[in-house]
Amino acid sequence: MDPAKVDEIIGRYPAQQGVLIQLLLDMQSEFNWIPKEAILSISARLQIPVSQVYRVASFYQAMSLTPRGRHVVSVCLGTACHVRGGPRIMDKVEESLNIKAGETTQDMKFTVERVNCLGCCALGPVVVVDKDYYGKVAPAKVKEVLKSYD
Amino acid sequence: MIKDGVTARINSPAELEKLRQEILSQRDPNKLCITLCSGTACHATGTEKVEAAIEQELEKEGLKTEIDFRRTGCHGFCEKGPIVVIYPEEICYLQIKPEDVPEIVSQTVKEKKIVDRLLYTDPTTGEKVTYESEIPFYKNQERLVFGPNRRIDPKSIEDYLAIGGYRALAKALFNMTPEQVLEEVKKANLRGRGGGGFPAGRKWETTKNAPGEPKYVIVNCDEGDPGAYMDRSLMEGNPHSVLEGLVIGAYAIGSHEGFIYVRQEYPLAVENLSTALKQAEEYGFLGQNILGSGFDFTINVHRGAGAFVSGESSALMTAIEGIVGEPRPKYIRTAVSGIWEKPSNLNNVETWANVPLIINNGADWYNSIGTEGSKGTKIFSLVGKVNNTGLVEVPMGITLREIIYNIGGGIPGGKKFKAVQTGGPSGGVIPEQYLDTPVDFDELTRLGSMMGSGGMIVMDEDTCVVDVARYFIDFLCDESCGKCIPCREGLLHMREILNDIVAGKGREGDIELLEELSQVMTDVSLCALGTTAPNPVATTIRYFGDEYQAHIEDKKCPALVCKELVSYYIEPSKCQACLICLRECPAEAIIGARNQIHVIDQTKCTKCGTCFDVCPARFGAVKKISGEPVPASPPEDERVLQRGKK
Repeated sequence: MDPAKVDEIIGRYPAQQGVLIQLLLDMQSEFNWIPKEAILSISARLQIPVSQVYRVASFYQAMSLTPRGRHVVSVCLGTACHVRGGPRIMDKVEESLNIKAGETTQDMKFTVERVNCLGCCALGPVVVVDKDYYGKVAPAKVKEVLKSYD
Repeated sequence: MIKDGVTARINSPAELEKLRQEILSQRDPNKLCITLCSGTACHATGTEKVEAAIEQELEKEGLKTEIDFRRTGCHGFCEKGPIVVIYPEEICYLQIKPEDVPEIVSQTVKEKKIVDRLLYTDPTTGEKVTYESEIPFYKNQERLVFGPNRRIDPKSIEDYLAIGGYRALAKALFNMTPEQVLEEVKKANLRGRGGGGFPAGRKWETTKNAPGEPKYVIVNCDEGDPGAYMDRSLMEGNPHSVLEGLVIGAYAIGSHEGFIYVRQEYPLAVENLSTALKQAEEYGFLGQNILGSGFDFTINVHRGAGAFVSGESSALMTAIEGIVGEPRPKYIRTAVSGIWEKPSNLNNVETWANVPLIINNGADWYNSIGTEGSKGTKIFSLVGKVNNTGLVEVPMGITLREIIYNIGGGIPGGKKFKAVQTGGPSGGVIPEQYLDTPVDFDELTRLGSMMGSGGMIVMDEDTCVVDVARYFIDFLCDESCGKCIPCREGLLHMREILNDIVAGKGREGDIELLEELSQVMTDVSLCALGTTAPNPVATTIRYFGDEYQAHIEDKKCPALVCKELVSYYIEPSKCQACLICLRECPAEAIIGARNQIHVIDQTKCTKCGTCFDVCPARFGAVKKISGEPVPASPPEDERVLQRGKK
């Protein structure tokens, strides 16, 4: 993590409470997670207790306090995908990578996430790897999809 | 106004109309225009590649100036995307792939011939439909709010102006007092499209009259309901309509600062909204002295970070303050004391987008659409086990049956309809006997469900309602912020009980316990998340009590969904010993060989369902059974396959 980058992101906003969530989101998209050092810097610069910054960072799904894999596999378990067999896709992804939703493989290659609706219900069940959408996924297709990433 | 390529502010309604005439005079309504749906669902099905192919083909054929090409917002018919519509005739081609593009250009664009194979085919009659407006999915809708999406490029303010954009704003600012605007919206009885259906005009009035300055107005685009995406599609496809509504509302209320809260998970919406804001400022529809009226208004965009509860009004407002987005007790409503304890009026995207329509056409016109208590139209996202998945806009009062069958084209695969779930996780499940209920705020509430933001999830006979109820409780359990005890603990215990029931460990008295928990949560939870959370359980018990009984007493899942209650079994008489399931089984639980009928070792089976999926349909040998013991496998010497003579 580059401390100068952290400072640059903090510098984008006025030092006030209202910007906290926006700031953390920017950190997340820059580093793909929110390192402890970033939380400490934000706390110091915005004059907000560390505990409060941590509380916000741990509350929201879009923010991760642990490093994430190079590829994020999001399995949609929104209602439409659920009734079209989303849970079986999740089982298959978990089985293939040998991790549970929310976890990252040891080689830091994949992080698996459960998402609640991506808004493309017509394609359900949907799996998104990074920015690639896979629609009407059959359990048998999961391994093939994962194989195409390195 | 555009002078030498530089946009200058518009300083009066007259200048706005002049600019509009200029834009229109440069546009020939008979000029051929190819439009391509570029909403999120179409992105997922490859619209970007189609876009590149069209660009390339037009370039190659030297048609770039002759033909307009426009990327539009979501058309709604997501099942059949990417969608291409060719104007002026409105020829509609569906599920377009890049390789279809040369044929479209050479046949339709150049020769005016229809490419039959790309048209919509009626699944019952097999007839081809050429024009968009004649496709049953569109024909039975009334797309007042959502309709412009398919005609404009969301990144072009000129497109919005060309269809009459910001005319309502000019009318409100110059021909009406703030009080008159408020009265018009009240008279139109516009009810909030985000969930509760509270009259927007009354909320506006409360904020207007509340003591304290400044006053804030807010757009809620934190669409968290799984299975609902109309707000996103509006924000992506027609952001200016939302901005216009918001500025009109701000004028009526006397607010000079607004917030738009939009989910981080909607990157395209954030992008198109940001573009629209910049344009609106340049043209003078936002900022100081809007259109020369003396009215000032600015907008801040706040990205949400993925918390369902933050869509609740007080939680959303604390999130804007930079604090964890949790609700607070609303003894004093947010309309009176919201962001930084100032009067704050919040409406969702669709509600704001209705405002310009009301101002342009008047409350009387608006009142002519809909039912006694619910006026206007509503956009639903029709998803799940239905043929035509997509966004549909219908007048209030249309029946569920009309939506699901006439627009949605019924249930796929000849399956039987079981229920429709409306209102998202806070809504309920409505069974077949109420399909002829007119859809409006009050009727859905009467059935124990609600309108919510308009999610409509269709379920067929293969859906287990107990599993669905468990799904929603599980979702809400994760999303409950934990601040109040009845919601936090109630959901946790409901989840435990439901997990037991679907796992075959249900006990007598579970249903009564669920009902009791539901009642307590409804009575004493802090915010609407908790008070409505039991709805999916309460309605499924009310309408499908026998399925709960079957799970608890007979350890049987009638829909054959609940994994722990289902076993897989290969029918010896149907098995053709083809080895497919044996090879595919990840647990190596299938025993067999060539010419030896396969059997499943139940002790090894993980019930993943792979064998059921891969068994060729013409054999159909793998069966799911529930509530009865698995028949014993034939002894090995009887498992030699006797192939019948063909």
